[in-house]
Amino acid sequence: MALHDRDRIFTNLYGTRPWNLPDARRRGDWDGTKEILARGRDAIIEEVKNSGLRGRGGAGFPTGMKWSFMPKSSPDGRPSYLVVNADESEPGTCKDRDIIRHDPHKLIEGCLIAGFAMGASAGYIYIRGEYYNESLVLEAAIAEAYEAGLLGRNACGSGYDFELYVHRGAGAYICGEETALIESLEGKKGMPRLKPPFPAAVGLYGCPTTVNNVETIAVVPAIMRRGAAWFASFGRPKNSGTKIFCIQGHVNRPCNVEEEMSIPLRELIERHAGGVRGGWDNLLAVIPGGSSTPMIPKSVCDDVLMDFDALREHKTGLGTAGVIVMDKSTDLIKAIQRLSAFYKHESCGQCTPCREGMGWVNRVMLRMVEGRAEIEEIDVLEQVTRQIEGHTICALADGGVWPVQGLIRHFRPMMEERIAAYKARQMQRMAAE
Amino acid sequence: MAKVTVDGIEVEVPNGASVLQACEAAGKEIPRFCYHERLSVAGNCRMCLVEVEKAPKPVASCAYPVMDGMKVFTDTPMVRNARRGVMEFLLINHPLDCPICDQGGECDLQDQAMAYGRDLSRYDEGKRAVKDKYVGPLIKTVMNRCIHCTRCVRFAAEVAGVPEMGATGRGENMEIGTYVEKALTSELSGNLIDICPVGALTSRPYAFVSRPWELSKTDSVDVLDAVGANIRVDTRGGEVLRILPRLHEEVNEEWLADRGRFSFDGLKRRRLDRPWVRQDGTLKPASWAEAFQAIARALPGRRLGAILGDTMDAEAIFALKGLMTALGAVGLDCRQDGAKLDLSRPDFYLFNTGIARIEEADALVIIGADPRREAPVLNARIRKRWAQGGFRAGVIGTARDLTYPATVLGAAPTDIAGAAAFLAGAQRPMVVLGRSALAREDGAGVLAAAWELARAAGGLREDWHGFNLLHRFGGQVGALDLGFVQGLDMAAMLAGGADALWLLGADGFDAARIPAHAFVIYQGHHGEAAAARADVILPGAAYTEKEGSYVNTEGRVQRGRMAVPPPGEAREDWAIIRAASEFLGQTLPFDTLEALRAEMAAAHPVFARLDQGPLPGCTDPSGPAPAPVTATPFAVPVENYWQVEPITRASETMAACAATYLNPQPLLAAE
Amino acid sequence: MTHEEPASFAFDAESEAKIATILPRYPADRQASAVIPLLYVAQRQMGRTTGSAWVPRAAMDAIAARLGMPPMRVYEVASFYFMFNTKPIGRHHLQVCGTTPCWLRGSDEVKRACQDATGIADYGQTSADGLFTLTEVECLGGCVNAPILQVDDDYYEDLDYESTLRIIEALKRGERPKPGSALGRQGSAPLGGPRVLTGAED
Repeated sequence: MALHDRDRIFTNLYGTRPWNLPDARRRGDWDGTKEILARGRDAIIEEVKNSGLRGRGGAGFPTGMKWSFMPKSSPDGRPSYLVVNADESEPGTCKDRDIIRHDPHKLIEGCLIAGFAMGASAGYIYIRGEYYNESLVLEAAIAEAYEAGLLGRNACGSGYDFELYVHRGAGAYICGEETALIESLEGKKGMPRLKPPFPAAVGLYGCPTTVNNVETIAVVPAIMRRGAAWFASFGRPKNSGTKIFCIQGHVNRPCNVEEEMSIPLRELIERHAGGVRGGWDNLLAVIPGGSSTPMIPKSVCDDVLMDFDALREHKTGLGTAGVIVMDKSTDLIKAIQRLSAFYKHESCGQCTPCREGMGWVNRVMLRMVEGRAEIEEIDVLEQVTRQIEGHTICALADGGVWPVQGLIRHFRPMMEERIAAYKARQMQRMAAE
Repeated sequence: MAKVTVDGIEVEVPNGASVLQACEAAGKEIPRFCYHERLSVAGNCRMCLVEVEKAPKPVASCAYPVMDGMKVFTDTPMVRNARRGVMEFLLINHPLDCPICDQGGECDLQDQAMAYGRDLSRYDEGKRAVKDKYVGPLIKTVMNRCIHCTRCVRFAAEVAGVPEMGATGRGENMEIGTYVEKALTSELSGNLIDICPVGALTSRPYAFVSRPWELSKTDSVDVLDAVGANIRVDTRGGEVLRILPRLHEEVNEEWLADRGRFSFDGLKRRRLDRPWVRQDGTLKPASWAEAFQAIARALPGRRLGAILGDTMDAEAIFALKGLMTALGAVGLDCRQDGAKLDLSRPDFYLFNTGIARIEEADALVIIGADPRREAPVLNARIRKRWAQGGFRAGVIGTARDLTYPATVLGAAPTDIAGAAAFLAGAQRPMVVLGRSALAREDGAGVLAAAWELARAAGGLREDWHGFNLLHRFGGQVGALDLGFVQGLDMAAMLAGGADALWLLGADGFDAARIPAHAFVIYQGHHGEAAAARADVILPGAAYTEKEGSYVNTEGRVQRGRMAVPPPGEAREDWAIIRAASEFLGQTLPFDTLEALRAEMAAAHPVFARLDQGPLPGCTDPSGPAPAPVTATPFAVPVENYWQVEPITRASETMAACAATYLNPQPLLAAE
Repeated sequence: MTHEEPASFAFDAESEAKIATILPRYPADRQASAVIPLLYVAQRQMGRTTGSAWVPRAAMDAIAARLGMPPMRVYEVASFYFMFNTKPIGRHHLQVCGTTPCWLRGSDEVKRACQDATGIADYGQTSADGLFTLTEVECLGGCVNAPILQVDDDYYEDLDYESTLRIIEALKRGERPKPGSALGRQGSAPLGGPRVLTGAED
């Protein structure tokens, strides 16, 4: 059973209609926002908690609970901030881009409601620098909202003042990590902070801060209008809601689509992306949730559900729901090596294991692509990834080694064959000389 | 307090303490590279990982706060594996050049590799090559060795207050440096060498000079400014090879200024290593006996006076004062600069707040001083206080970059009284008066006005003494404590009041002022203008070559030890004076250092109390006698930080610094 | 590799007007937040006035002075973020995404087309005519429209060798091809048009 259009939140996902305020209002945005705010902070947080919404940026932390960590009052006079993570950089992920360029008012209204619920005086939307044209749309949409009295002083006539700004990043995947994002927003290198303290206590400018993903914030107005129960009716328990999936790679028709959580992977691919190139049996493996999630072989893909818990059972994750499909023509070792190169390039350089280890992993992986290695080096490679994992300030390193671990877990024989083939060629060459 | 169990040992540590501190309290040593007690916590090296009960991953103990009831394990398979992993990562791109690395033998990485390193490398890929950086004449860089702990970046920004170092680029291409090639503009730059845990930043003058295990180590005290930084003098074969700071929390913490660290090569150059006597207008080598006899012949019938230099040990000063008094000298003066000091009470000439208690102050007015260049380590303490917030500083005099913001409150003595408004409301106000601000016509008025400012601001109370005089050298306060100010002052003596002068290390005034007919005895260690003018030269010992007591600007008595013997026939200065006293028929009543010190302590009880900081407050707020002040602006106290007295003037290292820093540097773009 | 660094840099009127809109976004005592925006302003001004969008050191110093930051902190930021060019580049910046999702869809062909059309041997180089600099970038976040070539600010999507060639040839002629899908897709909708949100349900 697939999601009905009437239950889709992002009704302009493909930009078939203008993004602007009049069209957004026709799609239902900014409808009764004042009344939503009038329900009060606690009621909004309660509604979001009841909806079961979990963060859409990758980690899947319950959103309502995250908001409830924010202080209810500020005895020392520090303001609170909402920061929206629009630094969409996880390979395989391009959903927030569509929200920003085609449905920005959902995000902006969500910012107001979320900001109000957590007592924030201002919000910053940190958008990746490469999304230049998208940032222009977002800034224009925010200007429209200010013009219409929806933001700023007495936003929506609610009596609540809320400022919203766009801040562009400049090419650093690590800034998607919430504390690195805060550092970057403060004008520093995007190097993750030590935790504790957590941003809800000491965040932007030393003030209480919540960082949420674009999609997370943008679904909030719909939840408030249609109710937690409606949102929670999609997907399995604890995995509720709708979700934008980015289906790509070796499928016949790559696309973004908003679907119900817990939809079977095979159905997702076949219904919306025209199926695997060459048919389902031509499938080799899928990276289910963006580059950091370990790949799963076809045998798992056959019946796995696309949600947090089902994918975790298979030692992978829903992540950002960037579904990277690889058919049997794929050089899987090369595909994963290219991800190793990505993480090496994007390591901030702060922690020893990540700074030094990512380069090591990538260099070994480059040899593995050729087969120019010893069989035992697969074990060394595995050990090196274990030495990196869990030993750093942030999770970039974990996400960087998981793809390699996934490759070794599911396709070790392929690596061994590659090495054997290389050795055989070497023998032939020597014999010929 | 929080109760924490470390490997089964229960300890109590303050709330907010780190797990690492709890581990140390339990006697568990935690390996670390990036963590440094006096710098902000970076948590990046990942070497200090420990296991905490219920935590899924090992935690960085340097950055993780303790919680009551926490159970910490420092030696589990999880911990050992984590540390071994980190060590392996640190070493894969670290060159195996320990045999030619100056850090060898005192390298944290080398030491920890013994505990956590593998016996052979599993890394078969190419190693990273990083271009060395130029950061000035004092620090040599070998950037291949850098482990990116960022201690140097944090030291420069936080302690030294010159945020000129940084980490550019990212990932494995991140490089420590200055981006734009330039010499670091800090007077504390040598400390970067100490805090660098590997051989990336080493001492340029010490490059390839020695191995640490070949060195004899002698504890001593720096005299090249008035802070009294505790130092360790490292020697081999009678030669000083390097000077390092020693920990003293109340004085220098673990820092040392560049002048004190790097000028020791001046100890080997232009030295007076034998007695000389002037015969027929020229100085001729002589024996000690001939030199003393020449003095004994010359003095009768002359009006004898003594002028004292700025870096002398108290023992020499006490001996000379005793001899001069016995010989009926017409004047004793230790104020080569002519400072209008008031010796009627010690707190009129001391840094009474104390260096450590700067951290308790909440407002500061600096008068005619440049603490950054007169006492860099003390200035770092002011900066430390500023960085904690709730502190303001103002300056009367020339506005220069002090490494913390300072409001300019005026330029001349007539502006002092008006600074009271700046201090208004402060609970613990400080006034820091530069010694050079007293070396002017209206010096006495300046002193009284500065005291009055401290008094008016409420800074003179039983629990707080906010008046501070900042001296320039390690021998100045000792001379005042010993009362080396008697009879005619220096100006009067040079104007003809004396026709025989005993100059003990007195190189701080223009020797041309000495009257032509005067008989001059120069006792000291370097041959500068005063020695050239002398009729008899008595070769003395530099501060590294004698047992001596020095009093810092706070009035703290500290002892320096003899690290090497004086060169050639040179001798310890008190012993020279004692020997002279016999030839002059006024034998001093001590013939050992112990006897001298006992007598000195009896006459001046301050010398009986070693390492005592200043009194906690002011018992008598009445000040020095008021005197008029003028509107003449204060002069810049220090133009040339690096060359200030004979040792530093003889130092090639200091000359290189002066050449680098006193001329504008061309900026070269990196790459 | 050395290059000429200009001795000085000053923001022009257009840049100043932009800066005036940027600074008020951040608290008065937190102006360092504007360092990335101002680096962009400087880079854009260089592109506008010299035809090479990069950030000279003098511009970093000017930004440091404007924001009250130590210059070193600006150098750190400029060198950390990949989008700032600390060396001169060509008039057009061809940025080929080479990360796995684009690689799976043929980014090697996009790269080859860029090389063939510009004569550039490999990444990191500038064409002899100074028109193009070719850079490999990491995931651009347009993966369902892979492979992607970013030219300056614009994404060109769903490319192959031929369509990439056409874009570069147009740039050479001084034209600016319309950004977006080379296959005429509606945003991220599947080829052939949306299968959902078609209005059919209404």
